[in-house]
Parts: sequence; structure tokens; C-alpha cells
Amino acid sequence: MRFILLALALLGLAPMAEAQQRTRLTVYTALENEQLAPFKQAAEAALRDIEIAWVRDSTGVITARLIAEKANPRADLVWGLSVFSLLQMEAQDMLEPYSPQGGEALRANMRSSRSPMTWTGMDAFVSAICFNTVVAQQRNLPRPATWQDLLDPRFRGQIVMPNPNSSGTGFLTISGWIANMGEQGAWAFMDRLHENVQQYTHSGSAPCNNAARGEFGVGLSFDMRSVTLKNQGAPIDIIVPTDGVGFDLEATAIMRGTRNLEAAKRLADFTVSRTAAELYGRFYAMLALPGVEPTVRGYPAEFAQRLVNANFADIAAARERLLAEWQRRYDGKSAPR
Amino acid sequence: MGKPFLAQSGVIRPKASSDEISLRIIQALGFLFLSLALALPLASLLLRAFEDQHGSFVGLRNFAIYVTTPSLVRSAWNSVWTAFITTCVVIPLAFAYAYGLTRSCMPGKWIFRAIMFLPILAPSLLPALSLIYLFGNQGMLRWMMDGGSIYGPWGIIGAQIFYCFPAAAILLSVALSTADGRLYEAAEALKASRFRIFLTVTLPGALYGLVSASVVVFTLVVTDFGIPKVIGGQFNVLATDVYKQVVGRQDLNMGAVVGLVLLLPAILAFLLDRWAHGKRTATLSGRAVAYRPKPRLRRDLPAFLFCLSVALALMVIVAVAVWGSFIRFWPYNLSLTLDNYDFARFDTAGWQAVWLSVKLSLITAFVGAALIFIIAYSLERGPQRGFLAVLLRLLATIPLAVPGLVLGLAFIIFFNHPANPFGIIYGTLAILVLNSIIHFYTVGHLTAVTAIRQLDPEFEAVSASLHVPIWQTFGRVTLPICLPAIFEILVFLFVSAMTTVSAVIFLYGPDTKPASVAVVHMDEAGQASAAAAMACVIMAISLSAKLMQLVVGGLFARFTSAWRR
Amino acid sequence: MVAALDNGLGTDAGNTTGIGDPFLKIRDVGKQFGSFVALERVSLNVLTGEFVSFLGPSGCGKTTLLRAIAGLDPPTVGRIIQAGRDITALPPAERDFGIVFQSYALFPNLSVAENIGYGLRGAAWPKARRHQRVAELLQLVGLADQTVKYPAQLSGGQQQRVALARALAAEPGLLLLDEPLSALDAIVRLHLRQEIRSLQQRLGVTTIMVTHDQEEALSVSDRIVVMSQGRIEQIGTPEEIYCAPASAFVAGFVGRSAHFMAKVHTPTGYITTHGLVMPAKAASTLLYGEEAEVFIRPEDVELRPITDHGDGSFEAVVAGYEFLGPVCRLGLEANGLRFEADITPAAFTELGALPGARLSARFRPDRLLIFPAHG
Repeated sequence: MRFILLALALLGLAPMAEAQQRTRLTVYTALENEQLAPFKQAAEAALRDIEIAWVRDSTGVITARLIAEKANPRADLVWGLSVFSLLQMEAQDMLEPYSPQGGEALRANMRSSRSPMTWTGMDAFVSAICFNTVVAQQRNLPRPATWQDLLDPRFRGQIVMPNPNSSGTGFLTISGWIANMGEQGAWAFMDRLHENVQQYTHSGSAPCNNAARGEFGVGLSFDMRSVTLKNQGAPIDIIVPTDGVGFDLEATAIMRGTRNLEAAKRLADFTVSRTAAELYGRFYAMLALPGVEPTVRGYPAEFAQRLVNANFADIAAARERLLAEWQRRYDGKSAPR
Repeated sequence: MGKPFLAQSGVIRPKASSDEISLRIIQALGFLFLSLALALPLASLLLRAFEDQHGSFVGLRNFAIYVTTPSLVRSAWNSVWTAFITTCVVIPLAFAYAYGLTRSCMPGKWIFRAIMFLPILAPSLLPALSLIYLFGNQGMLRWMMDGGSIYGPWGIIGAQIFYCFPAAAILLSVALSTADGRLYEAAEALKASRFRIFLTVTLPGALYGLVSASVVVFTLVVTDFGIPKVIGGQFNVLATDVYKQVVGRQDLNMGAVVGLVLLLPAILAFLLDRWAHGKRTATLSGRAVAYRPKPRLRRDLPAFLFCLSVALALMVIVAVAVWGSFIRFWPYNLSLTLDNYDFARFDTAGWQAVWLSVKLSLITAFVGAALIFIIAYSLERGPQRGFLAVLLRLLATIPLAVPGLVLGLAFIIFFNHPANPFGIIYGTLAILVLNSIIHFYTVGHLTAVTAIRQLDPEFEAVSASLHVPIWQTFGRVTLPICLPAIFEILVFLFVSAMTTVSAVIFLYGPDTKPASVAVVHMDEAGQASAAAAMACVIMAISLSAKLMQLVVGGLFARFTSAWRR
Repeated sequence: MVAALDNGLGTDAGNTTGIGDPFLKIRDVGKQFGSFVALERVSLNVLTGEFVSFLGPSGCGKTTLLRAIAGLDPPTVGRIIQAGRDITALPPAERDFGIVFQSYALFPNLSVAENIGYGLRGAAWPKARRHQRVAELLQLVGLADQTVKYPAQLSGGQQQRVALARALAAEPGLLLLDEPLSALDAIVRLHLRQEIRSLQQRLGVTTIMVTHDQEEALSVSDRIVVMSQGRIEQIGTPEEIYCAPASAFVAGFVGRSAHFMAKVHTPTGYITTHGLVMPAKAASTLLYGEEAEVFIRPEDVELRPITDHGDGSFEAVVAGYEFLGPVCRLGLEANGLRFEADITPAAFTELGALPGARLSARFRPDRLLIFPAHG
């Protein structure tokens, strides 16, 4: 029995002793893995008495987890999550209203319209097609220019896309289609696309990673992942379809019920600062803070013009329903191929 | 005089000895421990299946939703048929392999025995990753797929065969090596043909082993999560459904329902195994003489070739994963690099995940082995009657029938409940340790019980008559004699905690992500090489633990050979 | 049945006066496991320095009684008093006894000396005294040269002696032996039982041995307690048990005998069975026509040539024989009654008692053991 006591002492007390020094903020995020270390470093350098503990997962997972923990919140802050998710949580009164210092400087369409604000945007990202040119040559696949091109039967079994239930990228992709083709048209399109899809992946990065490895010819993913992989030398082309792409904001919010409200506010201030915006600019081309020049290279020049005209609030309100419908239509329904 | 019962008056109330009292206290603490960490979480899981998201009772509504959702029902069927096919393939393979090991005189048996253990040292995701390197759309052997896809049932079955092989082969080796040599002599004296001997002596003798191995393989496949996650593609099974409901949709209620469905085959298998076990004890004679095969080329050569090819296949699968972990950019740049081992590039936890896993496994092994052994001792040598001992014994065997995912789910529901004072351990290493100990409790418990039962039952009586307290005999006699068994439990717990995914995937916190979970996450993000690298690191650590067990075990045997029979 | 209990025990269970107060008093001790009664209220006394054996077939309750005395399985009812102290409810550790089990239960990882010295601990046994005592005991059981060996390196007999030495180490008032010899082979067994007996006599330690081997019990005990189905059938010296069994069970269980049913015949003192009529002293107190169980031991059968007719003799045919060295044991049959007879090899030759031979047989009337069938 002494073993248990000893173990409990060791396990229980060690983290407590460590946490004495700095305020430890539990930050939920759907940021990409390579972003986490530099973001944490920069924030902790700017705010010396704050320590960030990331909980990272795909957008859908983090969203579902935050909602599930509503009664007993574990997160202090959300930094880098789809605005659709934040709006859904706003509707459930889960966000702490707070206008960060410098928040007004953000583009008006990339921050909360409430006062005080409930969320602030960081950057925007769009869906994109990762197209493996080597596989294309081997399999004689045509280079798609529009979403409609993907319905070509030659793509059968060659397309991977993220599952919108778990992946924010997946959701923004279908939200773009809905904005573009209307809901009826989008479902009709997806019904046909489903015939060509080999896999719906858990994460939004996976389709592009898989396309880069040539496991599949076409991965529906998002701009930042495809650009990063192309910059690493993967034989992929990034295609921003000309018939309009969905886009999404990465945003920040303080969770209502945080036990470290003061520290959370200061971190929120940091997330809208110029330093932070420059950090976002290392990965994304469309930033919420005007006047900051993105340093990321390799973005297709024309993509900003191809954004669909989306109403975030409407789509966010329909999110649950759309996901349930998607689930009903495509998840597990397809016979194994 | 013929009265059947003694008069009820004047019944003696024996004064409990301090030994008895302390064992009873340990039993009570053990009961408390297993109630808190097993019975209550499972009970809250059960309750949760009958509630909606807001915690109100909805009766069977969740189950009604389940059976009317075709995709969920299909998953259950998928789990069953892939498990069935895997069992049908693994059992004959493992039987032939075990037959070669125990009933032939082929050379190199020890090395075949060692290779047989390889798959249990790696997380189940490793063979799945390997198969993608081999048979994926860019795989080296993709022409063998003849246009088919590895993503789906065939990939799952292929990887499960590798993953389940050791369990089946170990069980069947034990079954085949405990044969009674006298039966063979008798059969030969009666001039029975070899085939007839095989049918009438070998097979019936191994029947229990065959049932038991089939049950174990079936359960392993149904409850494993790593393989379908990696290679299942759009082919859903029960285990991935639980994950999707719980992690993807955070729908703990539906998760609980699917968890209960997942519990069904496991419980059925468990009961079948118990039943077969009962049959076996009835037919085993205590006077059996060990069977010793005599060299015979016509049996030994095919056995050797068969075992060689199986061992090679196992080695190839491991080797491919190792090789894949060193490749710079599969399949376009095959130059070798250590970059994939720079885990921080792919997952925030980086190498921390590995160290955390080692820490988790070490604590699980030492705390778990101590707990399991002491509780098993209190059960075997303490008071036998009373509900406490009976319930404790039952609780100790339940974890075997509870899949890791279900236990993990039960843990979130129970420990993350706002009203639970034990909720403080949620998200800490402690809950991972607790979960791992409970998940692997029964195997350790059975090992401990077997070891304790081999001791003379009168040790405690003798020391009581000599006025020596029981804890002193426990320390001076029981513990030293049982050291090999304790060491076995220790290494088993260590390796299991290192490799398990399903038990901990729901429970890790911001700073407590184990390596095996990191493998899942890296694979989810499409980082196959890094995932393979992490799986290889886990395998290397488990392998070292296993080798250490061999070395320490050998040393121990040498130092104690004087008093061991 | 009640008469049987009179041996060595005042009929009044509470009466403890008398010369030489018994060392161990067992009164109305019973044991029940669930609904199964393993021991029905038994009573007996053991005197200081006495060697008492509990004898009976397996399941008769002898081990249950021993374990009740040791406190390993406390009795359900009754009282056990050792040296004037009521120990009925005490745990083993608070009693005063040494015990040797059938398996010896030697600690395999401890040497012979460590095993013997295992209970010699605490303030009463400083190191020097402990060493001295262990050496003494090793000497006593003749293992002085095996001190550093482990049990697994000893023969069965040697292990048995180590167990004995360990049980005796702290000079307990009572030595309990639970089938101590049954794990040994026949020759070692014969030798060791005499050794145990002489050791016991030398040390004067009160000893209770449980055994199912009647020969063992007869050869070493001062008194024997014969038990059956949770009851004491008889308590007595080996001679009493053998020559004057108190019940049909004892007659059948102890020693070798032929067993048959008979009816009391006229005149008084005669019985009839299988159409044969024979005198039987013990039948004289029974009523005519009463059914009785009868036992006759092989050594109590007299054989003569067929021509020799005497009172109660009858004709018997030799069915087979067994040559045992000092005696020949013949299997005989008369009118379907089967029995055995022991004769000297000389008599065997004299009578020409080969299978098929016809002889005149007679059961010694004073040695026929007769018990009413429905007691």
C-alpha cells in the first residue's frame, strides 16, 4: 500500500510544484504542428510570466471537445481555431467578451462585430488542391482547374479529402461549395465526387501529405499545407480552382469560465499584436492586421480573387446540420473499394 | 447423532490473527481500489449509454439510434467478419509454427521463439504502416495487389495477422508442450498411423489451446484500434466508431453505446474461454510425462522451412517499417536520413512523448506489479470466505474482457465528471498510469496467482506456528521465490504500457501525450515516415526491456539454481 | 457408540479431576463447512508426554480435528484447553505448538540451518543462543553435516527431519504431525517412524499424529483415536484397538479380516452363516435370530487335515495362497464363505494346502468379533 501513496505523491504533486512560477495557460488550438513551437516561443518571450500548454487536435475534435467540456472547462484560451467553430460557441455563450488592446486595428470583416469582441481573427486560409504531377503522369490524370473537373471518372480512387466532421479544412471546403453552388447543388456535386473519393481523412493536412507522397494523385487540403510541402520539394502543384474556393479565418477567443482571466487577456492582447501578425505572415498570405507584409513564398498569385462570397454567421449556424447531413450521406456508407 | 447440522448455540467466534486482519485490510483496500478504478467507471459508462447529452435519462433511445444507423451497424458487422477471417488465417499458421517449435527437432528453435515475440513489442500501427510501404499505392509490392487497394479490409486483416500471431503462437506452444508423452508411446505401441495419432492425440490435447487462442485473436482484432485507424481507409469498424464518436464528435453517449457493443464480443469470448478452461481442467492428469520429440527428417525439414518463412515474413514487416523510418521523402527521395526522428517537427510533444511513455510504463510496471502481486497474495493466502474475497476475485478478472477503448471511455466519463473528487487526476500522468494498470491487470493477476499457487500452501501455517508474522514470511520466502513471476509481470506491464494506443488515446492531457498516441497523430496528419520512426523507437525500447528480462532472468536462475528444483 | 468414548475420558465432559490432569482437553468439538459437518462434537483427553494418533480413512475428520487443535481452521463449536488455557478461539500464532506437514512446507530458498532457526527470533533468541539451538537440533536429527544445503538438495527423509527439527526448535508444548511419513517410500517410512517415536520419548513432548496408515499408528502410538465420518469410533491403546475393536468399523478398518453376516443360533453362543454353524463366545449375550456383523482375522483361523473333525470345524477348499515369508496366507472358501488364514510355511507343507486342497477349518470362538447389525 505504501507504493500507492508514494506513487500518488509523485504523480500528483510534481506538476503542482512546477506550476508555482509562471501562470500556465491551457490553450486549445488547431494550428499546424510546425506553428506551435514558434508561436509559443514568441508569446512566452513577450509575456515572461505566462506559460503556454498546447492541446492540439483537428478543428472538429477541438470544437467538439470544447463544447463537451462546457460545464467543466479545461481551456483558458483558444488560439488558432476556425471562426465557424467560434461562432457556434458564441451562440452557446461559451466565449468571454473582451476587446483585446489593438483589436480595432484588425480588418473589420476579420473580427467579432460585437462590443466587447468575442473573437479576433488572425489570418485567412483557403481550400486548395494538391495535385501530384508524378502520379498524374503515371496514371494519365488531367490537371484539374475547377472543382467540376474532379468529377472526371479518371480520378476514380485517386482523390482524398478531409472529413468535415473532424477537420476544419474539410468543413471550409464544403462551405465554399455550398456558397458557390447553393446547398442543393453542393450535395449533388458531392454525391458525384464521392464516387471518386478514396478516403475521407481525419485531418486537413493528411490529404496533401498523402498526395505529396504519391499515395494518391489528388488531395483536397488548404493553402498553407500545400505551400509548405511544395517548398519542401514534393512533386505537387497547388491548384486554386477557378470556380471559387471556400475560406476560413483562424481566430482567437477567451473561454468563459477560465480560472486565469487576467493572464488570458494579456495573451489575447498579444495575439492581435504586430509581432504576432508577422508570425502568422510566415505561414499565411492573408492576414487580419493590415499593413503587415506576409513573408511566406510560393502562394499562387491569383488566389485572393477566387474567394467565394461567404457569410460566416449563416454557415456557422448551419454547421451542425450540414455535418450531420454529410455524415448521413458519406461516412461509412461507401462500400470498401 | 444423525443430526446433519451442529447446534447453532455456542458457535465459536475465532479471534482473528493479526496476519488475518492485515490480509483482510489489504483485500478491502484492493476492493476499494478496483471499485474506484474499474467498477465505478464501467458503471458510469453503462449509465451514460441511457442518457442524452444533457444527462437526462432517455431509456433505450441511444440504442434505437444505433441500430437504425446503417453505418454503425455495418461497422459492427465489419469488425466481426474481419476478426473471423483473421482468426481463420492466424490459428493454422500459429498452430503449425507452435507445432514446429514444440514437436519437432528442427534447428534454431530458440531464434524462432524469439522472433515470434517481435510483433508484441511494437504498437499495432507498425504493421499497418509497413503494409502501406509494401502494398500501398506507391508500395514496393503494389503489383501484387492486382489493382486492389490495401486501404480497407484486406489491409486490416493483413496487419492483424502479424499483430495477433504472437499471442496465438504463445498459447498454442504452451498447449502443445504440455502434452502427455505416455499417450504417444501408447498410441505408437498400438501401431496407430502418424495421421491417426495427430487426429486422436495431438489435436484433442491442444483443443483447449486452440479454443483459447481463437478467442484471444478474435477479441484482439475486434478491440484493436491502431490498425483500422491507419490502414482501414473508409472501412469502418467498431473500434474506429468509438473513436469517431468520442474524439471526433465528442458524443460520449453514443460512444458509450458503441463501447457497450464493443464489450459484447469481448465478454462472449471471455465466457467461451472460461468454459473451455473448465473442460480442460477435467481432462488434465497430474501424472503426465513430458513429450520429447525424436529427430525425423520428414517432419523436421518441412517444419523448419515453414517456421523459417513465417519468421522471415515477420522480420520483413518489421524491417520495412524500420527502413521506411529512415527515408527522406517517400517515394521520391529514397536517400536515408535521421530527420524523421526529429519528432518535434511533426508533433508538438516531440521526443517528450517518448520520455513520457517510458516514465508512464516504468511507473505502471513498478506500481502495477506491486499492487497486483500484493492483492493476489492477499486473495490467495488471506481469508477466502465472505463477499469481499469473492467480489475482489471477480473484479480482478474483469479487465481481461474490457477493451482498452471502452476502459478509456469509462475513465473520461467517470473522472471528468464535475462532481468527482478524483477528477484532479484527469489529464495528468496519474490517470494514464491508473488506466494502464487496470487495462492489463488480469494477465498480471493470473501470473501472480499461478506463481503463488505453486508455493506450499502451508508456509503461512508453519510461520504462524513458529510465531513469525506473515509479512516477514512474505518478504523472506514468498517474494524471493516469486521474483521471476514478478519480473515477468513487470516487463509485461512495461511493454504493454509502451505499446498500447487504445487504452490511453482518450486520456492524455496537454503535457502527457504518450509516444503511441503521437504515432496515431502523426499518421492522422499523413506523416507516415515520422509515425513509423516513432513506432520503431517504441519497439526498440520494448525490445530492450524484454532483453533485460532475459538477462536478469538468466542471472537470477544462475544464482538460485541451488535451491530451485 | 457412547461406550466407545469411555476409553480415556470421564463420561462427564466437565469432570477434569483425577490423577495427572490431561495436557490437552477436547470437549464437544465440532466443525461445519457450509452445510457439511466435518466433525461431530468429539471429546478426548491427551496426557502430558503422550503419543496419540488420529487414525481413519480420508474424510473421517482427523485432519479437521488436528487443524482445529492448531487453530488453522478453528472449530465451529466446543472447547479446546491446552495446559489449562482455553485456546479454542485463538489464532495459531497465540498457541503453543510445532507442526510438521505431509509436504514438510520447508522454505526452499532458505538453507537447512535457516529453516530450523526460522522461528527463533526476537529478544528471547539472541544470535549466539539461536546458533547453539540450531546446532543442537541438527545434532538431534542427525543432519549436522548438511547445515548449508537447501531443502531441494536433501532426500525426502532428510527433509522430513529438517521439518521436525524446525517444529521442535522453540520447544513447543505440543507437536502436531499431519501425515508426516506418507510422502516417503516404504523402507524410509519404517525407519523414520521409529526415529520419530524415540525422539518423542527422549524429549517427552506431547505429540498428536494424523495418519491413515494403521500399521504406523499401531507401531508408534501410546493411544490411538480411530475416527470415521466425523466421529470418534474408539480411543484405546494399540492392543485394545486391535484385539477389542469397539465397533464393526474399527474391526474392519484396523488389521486384516474376513467380514460376513451371521445370525445368532441356538444354543446360546453359536452363530450360523452360509449354512455353517460355529461357536462364538461374543454371541452368548445376543438374542436368538439377531443379525450380526462378524469379523475373523487370518491368524485366528485354525486349519487341520480334512480328516480331523472338531467342534465348530467345517470343510474348506483352498482357493489360492500368498507366500509372505514368516507366514503363508491362504485364501479359502466354504459354502461360498470366503476367508483367509495365516499358517507357518511348515504347516503349509504339512497340510499340502495347494489350491484345490480340502481342509478342515475352524474360527477360534473367543476371537470372532461380533457386532449386532443394527446397533
